[in-house]
Amino acid sequence: MSPARSSAAPRVPPQSTRLGTEIRLAVEQVSYAYSANPSQAPLFTLEATSFQARPGEIVAILGPNASGKSTLLQLIAGVLNPLSGRILLNSSVIHSLSPRTRAQRIAMVQQESRLLFPARVWQFVLQGRHAHGGSLRFESKDDMQIAQNALMQVGAAELADRWMDQISGGEKQRVILARALAQQPLLLLLDEPTLHLDIAAQVGLLDALRRLCARNRYTVIVVTHELNLAAEYADQILLMQSGRCLRVGPPAAIYQRELLEQVFQVPLKVEMRGHGRPRVIILSDS
Amino acid sequence: MRPLTFRKLFFQCLFLLIILFFVVVVALKFGAVPVSLYALGRDLLRVLLGQSSQISSDYGLIIQNIRLPRIILGIIVGASLSVAGTSFQALLRNPLADPYVLGVSSGAALGAILSLIAEPHLALPPAFGALLTPLCAFVGAAITITAVYFLGRRQGQIDSNTLLLGGVITASFLSAVIVFLMSTVNSSNTRGMVFWLMGNLSTSFQKSIYWFLAAGFFIAAAVIYATANDLNILLSGEKEAMHLGVDVRRVRFVVYIAASLLTGLAVSVSGAVGYVGLIVPHVMRLIFGSDHRTLLPTAALGGAIAVVIADTLARIVVAPNELPVGAVTAVIGAPLFIYLLRRRLA
Repeated sequence: MSPARSSAAPRVPPQSTRLGTEIRLAVEQVSYAYSANPSQAPLFTLEATSFQARPGEIVAILGPNASGKSTLLQLIAGVLNPLSGRILLNSSVIHSLSPRTRAQRIAMVQQESRLLFPARVWQFVLQGRHAHGGSLRFESKDDMQIAQNALMQVGAAELADRWMDQISGGEKQRVILARALAQQPLLLLLDEPTLHLDIAAQVGLLDALRRLCARNRYTVIVVTHELNLAAEYADQILLMQSGRCLRVGPPAAIYQRELLEQVFQVPLKVEMRGHGRPRVIILSDS
Repeated sequence: MRPLTFRKLFFQCLFLLIILFFVVVVALKFGAVPVSLYALGRDLLRVLLGQSSQISSDYGLIIQNIRLPRIILGIIVGASLSVAGTSFQALLRNPLADPYVLGVSSGAALGAILSLIAEPHLALPPAFGALLTPLCAFVGAAITITAVYFLGRRQGQIDSNTLLLGGVITASFLSAVIVFLMSTVNSSNTRGMVFWLMGNLSTSFQKSIYWFLAAGFFIAAAVIYATANDLNILLSGEKEAMHLGVDVRRVRFVVYIAASLLTGLAVSVSGAVGYVGLIVPHVMRLIFGSDHRTLLPTAALGGAIAVVIADTLARIVVAPNELPVGAVTAVIGAPLFIYLLRRRLA
């Protein structure tokens, strides 16, 4: 309950002019339980979670492994059905949308399965146009234009004719982001997008994300382990621990030493930097 | 960045249709009565244009009533098995999936045999009696693919090696049941053991059966083709497909049913011809790429070409005796399967 109120309470984020005033995404008291077998006790539960996000806003979901971050993201994506509560995107309930309509409004960037047969980068990005056309049809000029634009926006236009299995991890992650942009979504979900990327690629990806978010007014929800990148790029932080949402708020309010130490179980130090964004330094035990 | 266009697809299919025409002409030539290739080509064109009454020569009857029906059967069986194989490969995300390797053909054969054993006792009207065999073959195929699908799942995910092993073992088990049934049941109309286990195109049917097979093929293939773009996206993974707007459950259900129907139809008239659904889609992918909007129609035509060639070889290699067509496809297909398996594991 309290996290929802804290996020709904008026606050002045650093980029208050950038954010819209209307609520785009509303997660209302959403819970979930997972069990391997219906007769058994659930192996994992997500307790009622609420928060809201506006157009142009970046929300980071933080927490240790098995805290329910990815489950919450899958619920928002509409591929899992909540046990209770509901999720509204522009006032329509996500779970009542058809898969096609959902994919026109919500795009997901996640660790990809291995491709079975080789595909070119542009073919891969065109998959993002699937939800906007019939199942049996040929790509229109518009689709090609949108795919090309998407690649340009993530700075990967020159990769278009390369094979997917011949580009680097950082390039691949940007191409996956381009496919999500080609869906022209309202809501962009990212599940650990910076995993396995080197530092330059991480910063490059997140800079591109922030730029796009400001320009195209996406609402972005990102699940990550990177405390400092989240503090640097997110407008709102959702802190989770073992299936519970502990706090929702701007980074400066969430990044408190005791709270983070208790959640992540490591001694650490929090520094507040000039532009109101905190930085975490992990202290080793020795 | 050059997307697929209808024009490109049309010319690819036209190219394969022309090859199919010449393959059929050559296939028509082999037989006890010698006929010139030119006359065959001319007469085949006449048949295609609906002017078969103009075929006056003395060999016309042999061509129309003996050799051509067998070739048409080969075309339908080849196209069906090839499209079924392509569909199973996409749904199971396994390039080695094939109706025969997965045991689906054996399941269909068992269904067909059971219907042939039961039919004399059921006193059905003859029109329905003829449809009972393909129907039971379809049910046998659908049950087998469901069973193999669940055998291949580990922790909620398809494990491709477990799936293949499960399929091969299922095929072996079902073959044993078929042998058992054929040895114990004394029925005149169940055809031979070799027919069901190896596949054979030598049976001739009433004309209506050919129309029924062709209609069944076109309906099932059209249903699968309507999901061509969905299948393309399913290839990148089921969870990705859900986020990209594919109704994964619906597509999976519809395509499994249609592919089982294709397998059932083919097996009910030709037995378990193996590896067509494995070899042909692979060759077509190498030539035309892995986009299902191209792959499905080219695999259908390629399957037709492959089976007509294989059956012609089966007729002439040990002439005047005949091999079952499945022996020819297996001799080519099994080593290819091993090669692809080794390459994938490497």
